[in-house]
Amino acid sequence: MTSPKDEMVLDGNAVAGTLAEIYGDDMTTVLAECTSCGNVDHIGGLIAYVHAPGIVLRCTACATIMIRIVQTPKRTLVDVRGKRIPPPP
Amino acid sequence: MADRFVTRGFVGRREPAGSAQAARIPPGQHLVKDFPVLSAGPTPRTPLASWSFKIEGLVTEPVSWGWDEFQKLPAQDFVKDISCVTKWTKLDTHWRGVSVDILLEHVELNRRAAFVTAFSDGGYTTNIPLPDLIDGQAFVAYDYEGKPLAPQHGGPARLVVPHLYFWKSAKWVRGLRLMERDEPGFWESLGYNNHGDPWKEERYTGD
Repeated sequence: MTSPKDEMVLDGNAVAGTLAEIYGDDMTTVLAECTSCGNVDHIGGLIAYVHAPGIVLRCTACATIMIRIVQTPKRTLVDVRGKRIPPPP
Repeated sequence: MADRFVTRGFVGRREPAGSAQAARIPPGQHLVKDFPVLSAGPTPRTPLASWSFKIEGLVTEPVSWGWDEFQKLPAQDFVKDISCVTKWTKLDTHWRGVSVDILLEHVELNRRAAFVTAFSDGGYTTNIPLPDLIDGQAFVAYDYEGKPLAPQHGGPARLVVPHLYFWKSAKWVRGLRLMERDEPGFWESLGYNNHGDPWKEERYTGD
């Protein structure tokens, strides 16, 4: 579980630019569901770790990794196995 | 003296070319004095009473040490330069820990064992060829600069493999799994190099 005092933590809004580069649109208001616990959140609200070799977005409820992004000089790699598109309300 | 005519702005943070210090900084890296913290997730805080270190996989009999048992293993002090793939290098870092050679003396390796996956609290993994972990090249360290290793730097114990980029030096390490085949770990499965030699700039897959 994430301690709120964890000094490395930002939220998904901090990587809005990177996400927009990848998806060609603002992703921060898009809803994503955690494949582990089912919690639904806006991507902009996810817990973001950006001080690492890549970007890691985690579930606000259970800290499971929902999205990983690595940008190399030649390509961008994205792993979204930890999230799914939530069912319509 | 030629370097009298080189402005500081021109050489940036690097030491003058040819200095002994510059020769220790791998290509594409710059020198830092602080110790940057890089994390892909929350800092685990495993109580020492429930901490263990395990060697498993392609060994005849897995072995596991609790914290107190691990402290009784022969330890050594070592001083190493470390390089992070995010392009910083730090010189002369002081550590204390147990060499992987000592740990492997407690298991009988299957002859097919050729690669290792280091695994950590929080789910982090990294893959390293077995030959890169032996002959005094790798340690499980629990002291840094004379003090117990701080949690944000991987305490209570982290792997230290100083001749590879520091993402291989898994923080909060809890064990080594001997494998026959190389299996990409947390960053290696998303574009980072399976080997990670800073002197060859093996940053990404295909480098």
